[in-house]
Amino acid sequence: MERSRDQNRLIVSTSPHIRSEETTQHIVWSVNLALLPAALMGIYFFGPMAAAIIAVSITTAVLCEYGYQKALKKRVTIDDGSAVLTGLLFGLTLPPSVPLYIPFVGSFVAIVLAKQLFGGLGFNIFNPALIGRAFVQISFPKLMTVWLEPTAAFVFIDAKTTATPLGILKEEGLQKLLEHSGTYLNLYTNMLFGHRPGSLGETSVVALLMGAAFLLYRRYISWHIPVSFLSTAGLLAWVFGGSEGLFTGDPVLHLLSGGIILSAFFMATDYVTSPSIRKGQIIFGIGCGFLTMLIRLKGGYPEGVMFAILLMNCFSPLIDRSFRSNVFGAAERKGLLK
Amino acid sequence: MQFTFKGGIHPPDSKELARDRAIRRARAPKQVIIPLSQHIGAPCKLAVEIGQRVKVGEVVGTPEGFVSAPVHSSVSGKVISVCDYPGVTGKMVSSVVIENDFLEEWIPLSDRPDYQSLLIDQLKHMVKDAGIVGMGGAAFPTHVKLSPPAEKPIDVVIISGAECEPYLTADYRVMLQNAREIIEGTKIIMMILGVTETIIGIEDNKPEAIEIMTKAAAGEPQISVLSLPVKYPQGAEKMLIKAALNRTVPERGLPMDVGVLVLNISTAMAVYEAVRYGKPLVERVITVSGEGINYPANLLVKVGIPVSDIIEECGGFKTTAAKVIAGGPMMGFALSDLSVPVTKGTSGILVLPEDGVAHAGEFRNCIRCGRCIEICPMGLMPSMLSVTSEKGFYEMSKEYNLFDCFECGSCTYVCPSKRPIVQLVRLAKSLVKP
Repeated sequence: MERSRDQNRLIVSTSPHIRSEETTQHIVWSVNLALLPAALMGIYFFGPMAAAIIAVSITTAVLCEYGYQKALKKRVTIDDGSAVLTGLLFGLTLPPSVPLYIPFVGSFVAIVLAKQLFGGLGFNIFNPALIGRAFVQISFPKLMTVWLEPTAAFVFIDAKTTATPLGILKEEGLQKLLEHSGTYLNLYTNMLFGHRPGSLGETSVVALLMGAAFLLYRRYISWHIPVSFLSTAGLLAWVFGGSEGLFTGDPVLHLLSGGIILSAFFMATDYVTSPSIRKGQIIFGIGCGFLTMLIRLKGGYPEGVMFAILLMNCFSPLIDRSFRSNVFGAAERKGLLK
Repeated sequence: MQFTFKGGIHPPDSKELARDRAIRRARAPKQVIIPLSQHIGAPCKLAVEIGQRVKVGEVVGTPEGFVSAPVHSSVSGKVISVCDYPGVTGKMVSSVVIENDFLEEWIPLSDRPDYQSLLIDQLKHMVKDAGIVGMGGAAFPTHVKLSPPAEKPIDVVIISGAECEPYLTADYRVMLQNAREIIEGTKIIMMILGVTETIIGIEDNKPEAIEIMTKAAAGEPQISVLSLPVKYPQGAEKMLIKAALNRTVPERGLPMDVGVLVLNISTAMAVYEAVRYGKPLVERVITVSGEGINYPANLLVKVGIPVSDIIEECGGFKTTAAKVIAGGPMMGFALSDLSVPVTKGTSGILVLPEDGVAHAGEFRNCIRCGRCIEICPMGLMPSMLSVTSEKGFYEMSKEYNLFDCFECGSCTYVCPSKRPIVQLVRLAKSLVKP
């Protein structure tokens, strides 16, 4: 009998002594993986510039996190994948036409201002990628509204730059949008697969849903936020989105366009900035859906998901506090005290 | 109708290591260390002198106050020392060290085949004098539980065979091998309390135990066996009461607030032996298991046996052994010193390998994923408790119901950032008043 470990070398720590296999790093890298199909579709449709934008965005995010943590003598946590995820998500929200300093500036803002200055992973109030997006949107409004035709597509084949489906819908109406595609079927199919102008990672709904299905299956995200978000938006689109009065809107078109699928599954579900309590997540999703459609239908921007989620991020702590479940036996204790 | 409690987790139960090992008596130790406090409540007063010869079952510590229980010698031999000795928690406890003369000479025991004719007070005294405490881990004196105040009458007894901690199989083996004694003990408990309904709750990963206990209870219409879907921490009193009866113990309340008394099956067995044979609680069944021990076993050991003797009995450590735990892996105590004794409340000794405890050291920021909130059986927000405590806002952690946490460890088990949530909760509890 070999006794390699005498009692002086025993590990002593507090209970529990066993832990689940799940790690934060594994979860975050899985989300990165789930975004891969959408990123690849973006590169397929919008060409090598799209790849360059994503690369600059991720690299900047990782370097900023590394540099900040080194400079402040904090533990470097780039291995957890969260900086990569912020960079990737931010890159996917950019129009494929932007010059490469846009992903650089946006990623810097996302990591340093929105994440690290708040205390790093877990302490940021707002979704860092969306803060980065909002910053460049407001700072470079011209650059951020130049949309490219997807080069791999056979529809919008002539013009180099164009408007997004949401932009057309807002400014010129559904008829104009239909003229481009011919039939509803073509329009829907194109939008489902991503043959449309838009931010480089938001257009391929199929690729996004594949990633989302993977995350749902692995239980890394739950249905609560995406379902309440999308159904609220769809309902409001149907009721108020039509040009011929109430209940004439096209909810499918609204759900397939803009960044709503990307946002509902990958941004609104961000653990840190959304409520942790299930009931609260439903309220959060409804709020996101409502604000998105308010901005899309009545606001100045064609797309509203970014500001909708950022606004709802403010309420996450409050929602969690209000929907805290009762402590086991709290109601019975009140009865006892009476 | 099957009820359950909210939350809970499903760790791998790892019971296959020791499940099929029949209970065997461990070799008697050369010496035993009998702590004068093996229970919740006042420590005992020393009742022997150094150099004195004692027999098995002789009182070495007499209880002080109502919430206390006497301790007895588990061997015959000579008292060689009375000193402060570390217990499983690492705290020093005044203890009596007795050298075994291996004569196994017992005090005279009073055989009571007619115990059913005894008065309730006599029965309670027998339980008290036998030094019986809760053997599931909490070690609360059983005679106190059997004396509820008049305004809190008990109408249902739950005997817990849940054994929800992974690895542990001691209660399982006791059920297989001593079903009859458990039922008789249960009937004595019912007699003392004047209760007409008892539920024996057993998790459904122990079908053989459910079958045997059901058979043993067949002639007793007042005793039923309930199969419970596996879920940790089902063995916790409040959770078990919820699952078995759908009654909710009030926050900070006791089972008797809802008319229930919960006792462990090994405790019921000890009650039977105390009443029927006058036998004090000087030995108990423990599980020795884990991937780091050579021969897992279920052992009948003398109270006071050093852990090192048990490790030796089971073939010693494997080379991978890294951590020794008294109790289960979820709520047990890691030992730094293997000379500490097994006490009445010790349900197992586990030896885990290094890869089983790999996450002990570093942890990351809380990412607010909500897993801990979802599984907390008490409906707390462990994430907020851990963050407030980590940042030093101990008072604020009370807003998150710090003192309602009973440290089952489920949150810490599921946390993907490997945060030591229970440890942070204990830290906060030690620094603020309820």
